[in-house]
Amino acid sequence: MEHKELIPNLFRTEYQKIVSVLCSLFGIHHIEIAEDIVSDTFLTAAETWAIKGIPENPTAWLYTVAKNKTKNHLKRNNVFETKIVSEIKHNTPLNNPEIDIDLSDQNIADSQLAMIFTVCNPCNSEEAQIALALNLLCGFGINEISDAFLSNKEVIYKRINRAKEKLKEENIKIQNPSNSEIKDRIQTVLKTIYLLYSEGYYSISQNTTLRKDLCTEAMRLTYLLIQNKSTNLPQTNALMALMCFHSSRFDARTGLNGEIILYEDQDKSLWNKELIDKGTYFLSQSSTGNTLSKYHLEAGIAYWHTIKTETIEKWENILELYNNLIILEYSPIVALNRTYALSKVKGKEEAIREAEKLNLTDNHFYYSLLGNLYSGIDSKKALQHFETAIGLAKTTADKNIISKNIEQLKLK
Amino acid sequence: MNEFLLIFRRDFVTKETQPSPEELQQHLQQWQNWFGSLAAQDKLARPLQRWDGKGKLVNSGKGITDGPFVEIKESIGGLIIIKAKDYDEAAEIAQGCPVLNFGGNVEIRMAV
Repeated sequence: MEHKELIPNLFRTEYQKIVSVLCSLFGIHHIEIAEDIVSDTFLTAAETWAIKGIPENPTAWLYTVAKNKTKNHLKRNNVFETKIVSEIKHNTPLNNPEIDIDLSDQNIADSQLAMIFTVCNPCNSEEAQIALALNLLCGFGINEISDAFLSNKEVIYKRINRAKEKLKEENIKIQNPSNSEIKDRIQTVLKTIYLLYSEGYYSISQNTTLRKDLCTEAMRLTYLLIQNKSTNLPQTNALMALMCFHSSRFDARTGLNGEIILYEDQDKSLWNKELIDKGTYFLSQSSTGNTLSKYHLEAGIAYWHTIKTETIEKWENILELYNNLIILEYSPIVALNRTYALSKVKGKEEAIREAEKLNLTDNHFYYSLLGNLYSGIDSKKALQHFETAIGLAKTTADKNIISKNIEQLKLK
Repeated sequence: MNEFLLIFRRDFVTKETQPSPEELQQHLQQWQNWFGSLAAQDKLARPLQRWDGKGKLVNSGKGITDGPFVEIKESIGGLIIIKAKDYDEAAEIAQGCPVLNFGGNVEIRMAV
């Protein structure tokens, strides 16, 4: 592998592992020291490898250097020693800086789990949790995060720092969650990962690579939860299945210029069979016990969307799942999608009657749906609805999709 | 917005009027779609709750009988609480209730 790609790749995989281990060791009040040590390690790597060449085992090299830097830091920094060593989990005598920095696979996995539960703490807003997750769990820099959120760096920088301060104020302990803590908090953790995934999948950022990275990271975190026995729960598997099914269409759903291609217009041969199979596997893993989470329902809907042939059975199943989903938790988008599924099962006329009851008059998707339902029934009304939709749509990507609908309508 | 209690009642006793398994299956789908429709309009004021179909009845002599109750022809099939502007809207919503397709009725009460 080229030096140019090696460091970014290692950064992506190893940064958060070492940060997790060091954070678990130092405690929440000294996250920045952990981050500085790891950043410094990568800086040293870049400088050294450029001159001396890439070591045989770059990961092991990073671990050794990170360990040494940590030890040097402990030795050198008296303030650190008196203030922090007392907090260090290992019962190391104060005068002995030779503490054990355990970078074994097991301790990395444990530390990462502890960090996931720390980062996804409900004391921070969901928005802040996601930004913090990207920063601390996925090794994303401020630039990338602000790009993903289409926000400016200053805002993201402040958001992340405030989130860290909040964790310190609340004195959140970075430790492996007990089974009862997992039971209480898994919902928040899964939700943050789900939102992180959605941020990538539905982001209006034109940066397709970055968006894919967000999705991959969300899947990696979920997989980490699956690998850990105590968090390998039915809903964790359902979330993983959902993400696999959605990701299977990643290449089919964006055009050359990053524009969104709608489900019906996608080249189905671009759907990723491997991910569909993986999704099916995790979906079957999720069907133990008697928990039926929203992820189960969404994974079920996503599963039926991977079936290429249009049958009445497909849409009856999708409608039933949407019924259950909307009963479980109201959301305008689910209400609209349910109505679309209804049109596939009961026909457009009935769906129009239902759609008109939804009354989501500030939502451009609502008018797009009505435009879609009226297409082939009443072109004039369809056009009116699409035009209202364009007026309400905020992004160019959304406006483009609606314009396409109007063009198609005029061709008929 | 007000809250309304909708109570569904139908005759669960008379053998001749009971639905066939196929009708039951269809009936189930109708209920699901109806609940889905209400939820999509954000009209459900409380999460749906399933209730046991048999139940017990305490009568004035303080005797306890197991359901279904022969002496009460129409028993409760279920109940939900919805959001609606007034009785008119609540009644309009109730008109879509699948229990009506089986000769049942819907009693509506506004929360005060």
